[in-house]
Amino acid sequence: MTDHTEASPTPKTRTNRPGAFALLVNNRLAAGGLLVLGVLVITALAAPILPLADPNATAPADRLHLPFTPNHPFGTDMLGRDILSRLIWGTRVSLAVGVSATLIAAFFGSLIGLIAGFSSKRVDSVLMRGIDMVMAFPYILLALSIVAVLGPGLINALYAIAVVNIPFFARNIRGITLGLSRREFVDAARLSGKSRPHILLSEILPNVLPVIVITMSTTIGWMIIETAGLSFLGLGAQPPQADLGSMLGEGRKILFTYPHVSLVPGVMIFALVMSINLIGDGVRDILDPRLRSGALARPVARTAVARSRKPDTRPLMEATVLDVKNLRTEFRIGSTVLKAVGGVDLHLMPGECLGLVGESGSGKSVTAMSIMGLVPTPPGEIAGGSIFYRGEDLVAAKDSRIRVLRGGAVSHVFQDPLSTLHPLFTIADQLIETILAHQPMSRTEARDHALDLLKQVRISNPDERLNAYPHELSGGMRQRVCIAMALANDTEIIIADEPTTALDVTVQAQVLALMDNLRREKNAAILFITHDFGVVSAICDRVAVMYAGRIVETGRTEDILNSPAHPYTRKLIDCVPVLGEPERRLEAIEGLPPSVDDLPRGCAFAPRCPYADADCRHGDIALTATNGGRAVRCIHPLAQTTEETVVG
Amino acid sequence: MAAYIFRRLLAAIPVLFGLTVIVFFIMKLIPGDPATAILGSYATPENVARINAELGLDKPMLQQYVIWLGNILHGDFGRSYSLNKPVLDEVLGRFSATLILAGTALVLCSILGLVVGIVSAVRQFGWADRILTFIVLIGISTPSFFLGLLLILFFAVKTRLFPASGMYAIYGGGGILDLIHHLTLPAITLAIVATGVIARLTRTSMLEVLRQDYIRTARAKGLSERKVVMKHAFKAALVSVVPVIGIQAGFVLGGAVYIETVFQWPGIGSMLVTAISTRDLLLVQGGVLVVAASYVIFNLIADAVQTMLDPRLRR
Amino acid sequence: MDNAGSVLMSVTNVDRFFGGGKTLTRRERPKLHALSDVTLDIRRGETLGIVGESGCGKSTLARLLVGLDRPTGGTIRFQTEDVAATAARAPRALAQKIQFVFQDPVSSLNPRKTIRAILNAPLVHLLGLDRAARRKRLTELMDSVNLRPEFLDRYPHEFSGGQAQRIGIARALAANPELIVLDEPVSALDVSVQAQVLNILDELKRGFSLTYVFISHDLSVIESVSDRVVVLYFGRIAEIGSAGSIFRNPRHQYTKLLLNSAPAPGRRSTFAEDAETELPDPFHPPKGCAFAARCPRADDMCRASRPPLQPAPDSSGHLAACYHPG
Repeated sequence: MTDHTEASPTPKTRTNRPGAFALLVNNRLAAGGLLVLGVLVITALAAPILPLADPNATAPADRLHLPFTPNHPFGTDMLGRDILSRLIWGTRVSLAVGVSATLIAAFFGSLIGLIAGFSSKRVDSVLMRGIDMVMAFPYILLALSIVAVLGPGLINALYAIAVVNIPFFARNIRGITLGLSRREFVDAARLSGKSRPHILLSEILPNVLPVIVITMSTTIGWMIIETAGLSFLGLGAQPPQADLGSMLGEGRKILFTYPHVSLVPGVMIFALVMSINLIGDGVRDILDPRLRSGALARPVARTAVARSRKPDTRPLMEATVLDVKNLRTEFRIGSTVLKAVGGVDLHLMPGECLGLVGESGSGKSVTAMSIMGLVPTPPGEIAGGSIFYRGEDLVAAKDSRIRVLRGGAVSHVFQDPLSTLHPLFTIADQLIETILAHQPMSRTEARDHALDLLKQVRISNPDERLNAYPHELSGGMRQRVCIAMALANDTEIIIADEPTTALDVTVQAQVLALMDNLRREKNAAILFITHDFGVVSAICDRVAVMYAGRIVETGRTEDILNSPAHPYTRKLIDCVPVLGEPERRLEAIEGLPPSVDDLPRGCAFAPRCPYADADCRHGDIALTATNGGRAVRCIHPLAQTTEETVVG
Repeated sequence: MAAYIFRRLLAAIPVLFGLTVIVFFIMKLIPGDPATAILGSYATPENVARINAELGLDKPMLQQYVIWLGNILHGDFGRSYSLNKPVLDEVLGRFSATLILAGTALVLCSILGLVVGIVSAVRQFGWADRILTFIVLIGISTPSFFLGLLLILFFAVKTRLFPASGMYAIYGGGGILDLIHHLTLPAITLAIVATGVIARLTRTSMLEVLRQDYIRTARAKGLSERKVVMKHAFKAALVSVVPVIGIQAGFVLGGAVYIETVFQWPGIGSMLVTAISTRDLLLVQGGVLVVAASYVIFNLIADAVQTMLDPRLRR
Repeated sequence: MDNAGSVLMSVTNVDRFFGGGKTLTRRERPKLHALSDVTLDIRRGETLGIVGESGCGKSTLARLLVGLDRPTGGTIRFQTEDVAATAARAPRALAQKIQFVFQDPVSSLNPRKTIRAILNAPLVHLLGLDRAARRKRLTELMDSVNLRPEFLDRYPHEFSGGQAQRIGIARALAANPELIVLDEPVSALDVSVQAQVLNILDELKRGFSLTYVFISHDLSVIESVSDRVVVLYFGRIAEIGSAGSIFRNPRHQYTKLLLNSAPAPGRRSTFAEDAETELPDPFHPPKGCAFAARCPRADDMCRASRPPLQPAPDSSGHLAACYHPG
C-alpha cells in the first residue's frame, strides 16, 4: 500500500471532447441557424455604413412600389419609405430590444432564483409567492398592463417584456439551485470553511450558469416575438421609428392590396427567431449533460440482435431450462464499442439457483438482461451467441414469442422495487395486468389470483394492500409485490437482478428466505445476480463469477467459497470483512478493473493478479472444466484445498 | 380527492386576492389625474377636490382599495367612459367570445401537441421525428400575429375558403356552423405556438419516462409495446405535461390579444387593445381581472387533473 | 486532557425532530422523530461505529456531530465547546477540528472544480496557508491517500468511485482535524475498492492519531473497524458497548436479529422473521419499546413503557435498552 496503486493509466482516460463551439458547428441545423443569424446580425450592425436610404424619409410620390423596383429592392410602404432600409434598421432595433430584454430578465430572474433557492425557507417562500402572483397573470396581459401604466413606447415595451419574463427565469433557476444546494458538495464546501455567499458564488453559480445560458438561448427568440407583438399592436415602437413589429402592424392595414409591406418584415421576424431557436436547440443539446451522453435515447422493446456469425451449434446440455452459449452483448456509443459481455456460457437446471457474482461493470446484469432482450437498444445489441430456453434459441425467436415468455415462463425481479413498480397504478392494477397478459380469465378471477399471490409472498392485509399504490408500501413490501408479480404466471425461470441490494439486512433476510421457499415450492429456477458472497451462500446452489464481461470461475457454491481456484475469486472473497472475524486484515485488490472498450490481451485480470506471468498476457484463455462440475479461466489456478479457509 | 380540490380552491383565494392588489396598484400607478381627466377644462381646484371626494380618492390608499374591492365583489366594475356603459356588461359579453376562441385553441393544441409529441418520441431519430421536430420548431418560431396574416392572405383572400374576420357572418349569420367557419382560422393560429410547446415537452417527457425502470418492468411482464407506450409511458408523461397545458392556457388567453386584433374577433383581447389606446382604464382593469381570474381557474383544473393522475400528490 | 481514551466529544440527551409546530389554523404539524434522547461519548483515539438500518437516524446524528445541523434538544460538546453554538459563531474553528466524509463520493465533489481547487479550499479558508505551503501540503495529502499528484488538475468525473472517495478523505484530512465523522464511506463502492479505502482509513488513523465516528449499515464493516459500537433503532440507542462484547454477546433482541440476518459467506441460511415487519410510524412513535412489535420476548411492560439503557451485569460499558436482555 505504500506505492501508488494506479498502475494502469487511470483515472479514466481523458476523452478528447471537441470544444463546445466545434460541436455546435457540427450540428447541421444549428450551424445553419448560426450562419443565418450571423448574416442578419452583421447586416444589422452595419446599417449605419451601408448605402441605405433614410428609413424614415417619406416620399409620397414613391408610395407602394412593389418589390424589385429600381432603387427599392423590397419596394416601398404607404409613405414611400424604402422597405429594405426600414427592414435593416428595424432588425437592428428588434434585435437590440430582444437581447436587452433577455439580459435584463436573465439577470434579475437568475438573481432571484439563486437567492430563493439558496436562502432559508422563509425567504424562499416569500420570494416564490411573489413570483407565483406575477405568474398568475397571463403573460401578455401583464405586459399589456405594464405598457398601459408606462404608456406606449419601445423602451417601455422592453421593460414590460423583461419584467414579464423574470418569473420564468426565477422559477427555473431556483429549481436548479435548490437541487444543487442539497448536494453533498455544498456541505463539503461549508466544512472547508467557505461562507454561504462564497458557496453560492463559487460552488453553485458555476453549475447554474449552463442552465442560465440554455434558458436564455431558448427565450431570446420568444422575447423578440413578444416585443414585435407589442409594436404590432401599436404599443411598442412609435412612428416614425421602425421596428419589425411596427412595420408589420402598419402593413396589416393594406394586407389585401399590398401584402409585401407586411410579408417582408414578417418573414424577417421568422428568419431571426428560427435561426435563434435552431442555435438554442444546438446549445441545449451541447450543454445538457443528459442529451450529451445520449441518455435520452429511447430504448426499444427488445434488444437489437446483430449476430455476425452463425451461432455455435455445440450440443446442448441435457435437461437444462436455460442454456446460454457464448453470449456477447455490446454497447455501441459513437465509435467506441463496449464489450460488456464477451462470450458467456451458463446453464440453469429446473429448480436450481445459480448465483452470478461480480463487481459493477463486470457484465453480470447485462448478461441477465440479455436473456429476455431487456438490454436497452440503443446502444446495446446482442453481438453473438445463443440463448436456449428448453432448446429454443431465444436470440432468433420472434418478438411475439419473446413477449409470451416474458412474464410467463421467464420472469424478472429487479433491484430497486420503488422504481420498478409503476408509481401511478395500484398494486392490483399491476398484478392483474400481468396475469391477464398471459392467462385468459375475467378481471374478477385475475383479482382473486392477485390476492392469492400477495398471500403467497406473505403480505399481511392483502385485501387492503391490493388497492395501495407503491409509494404507500415499505421497501420490503414492494419487493414482495415484485416477487408476487414474477410468480403470477407459472414461471420456470426467475431472473433476479440484485433483488435485495436496496433493502435493509433484516428485510433482506426475509426476502431471501421467501425466494428460497417459493422456488422450492414452485420448482422455479433462479438466476440470482449479486455482488455479495454472503447472499450467494444463503440461496445459491451454484455460482458463476464474472470479471470484465466473462465468467472466470464456476462451480458449486461451497466448493467455490471453500477453495476458489481463480485468483480473482480468491481476492474477491478475501477483500470483504466477514462477521465474526474482525481481526482479519482485508486484502484489497489493487488497481481497477479494465475498461471493457479496451480489454488487455490474455487474461483481463492479469494486470491486478499477483500470480500473472508472461503467458497470462497473450492469447485467449479458455474456461477449463475441472472436477466436480467446476470450471476456471486461469492458466495458474490456485491449488484446490479441502481446508476450510473462509467459513469458520 | 374532493378534500384536496377543496384545499386547492382555498389556496386559490389568496392568489385571486393578490391579483386584485396588483391590478389595483397598477391602475393607481397610471399617470394622470382622473378628476382632471373627467372635468377637462372645468378643472378648478374646488371642482377637482369635489370629484376626488365623490370618487373616494381623498381617502387613504388602503381604504380606497377596500372600497374598490367591495365594489368588484358586488359586480360593480365601474362605467366605461368610451363606451358609456357598465364595464361588466361589456367585459362579460366579450369574454364569452374569447372563451370560445381560447377554449377551442386550447383543446386543439393539447390534442395535437400530445399526438405529435408521442409520435416523435416513439420514432425518435426516425424520419417522422425529424420532420415533426422541424415543423414544431417552425411553429414556435412564427409570430402568431404574422401567421394569422398569412392564413388570411391564403385562405381568405386567395382561396376564399374561410372568412377573414368576425365571429358571425353579417348577413344571414348565426348558428354553430357559421361560428365554426369563422373560428377555424383564428383558433388554428392561436393554437400553433402552444402546440409546439406542448409537443416538445411531451416528446422529452416521453423519452424520459421510456427509460424508467418501470417501463422495463412493463416489458418484462410481457405487455404489448402498444400498452407499454400508450398506458404505462403516456400516463406518466402526462403528469408532467398537464401543468404545462395549464400554463399554455395563459399563453392562449394572452395570445388572444393579437389574434382577436388580427381577425377582428369581438373578444376581450381586441377590447383591451382599444381600451389601452383610448386610455379607458376601467375597461382595461375589468378585462384584465376577468381574464386573469379565468387563468387561475384553468390552472386549478390542470392541477386537479395532475393530482388525479398521480396519487403521490394527494397528500 | 490529551491522553488517549479521554472523552473528546459528548452527546447528551440529543433529540432531533423535523417538522412539528402549529399551522396557521392551529393544527399540529406532523413531527418526525429522527433522533430521540441519544447520549454517548466519543473517546480520543477510538473508532466509534454506529450501525443501524435505514431510517434509524444515523445520518442525522452524523450531521449533528459536525455541526451541519443543530439538535432540537440536548447538547453536543466537543471537549468543552458546544458544537451547535460554535458552528453558528465560528464555523471555521469547528471545521478545523471535526471533519466529515460523505457517502456518495461523486456527489460530494463539485463537478466543475478541479481536485486542486477542492483540496485547496480547506487549506485557504481553514488554515490560511500561502501558496507554497499549500502546494507542499497538497502533495502530502495526495500521497497519504495513495493518489498521484498529477491527478490534482483533473475534474471529479474523471475518477472512479474509490478514487473519488479517497479525494473526499484527503479533503477531510486537509485541515488536520482531530475527529473525522465518516457517513457510510464505503457503501457506494465496489467490494474490491471498499477494502482499499478501509485500509487507507486504517493507516491514516494510525499515522495522524485520529478519532473516527464510522457510520454504516454493514455489520461486518462496522465489526472490522470499530473499537466501540452503537446500535441505533428508530432514532434511539438500542445498545452501546465495546465491539467485542456487542458482536459476541449482543444483549438487545434487535442487535441479535441484525446479527442473525446478516448474510455471511458460507452461512447457508440466515434467520428471517416470518412475515413482513414494519418500522413503527416515525410521526407517532410508540409509547413503549419501538422494537416490541417485532420482538419475540416482548411483553406488556415492553409495550407500556420505554426501557432505559442499562449496563450489563458483567460490564459497565455495555448498555442495552431492553427489559429482557441476553
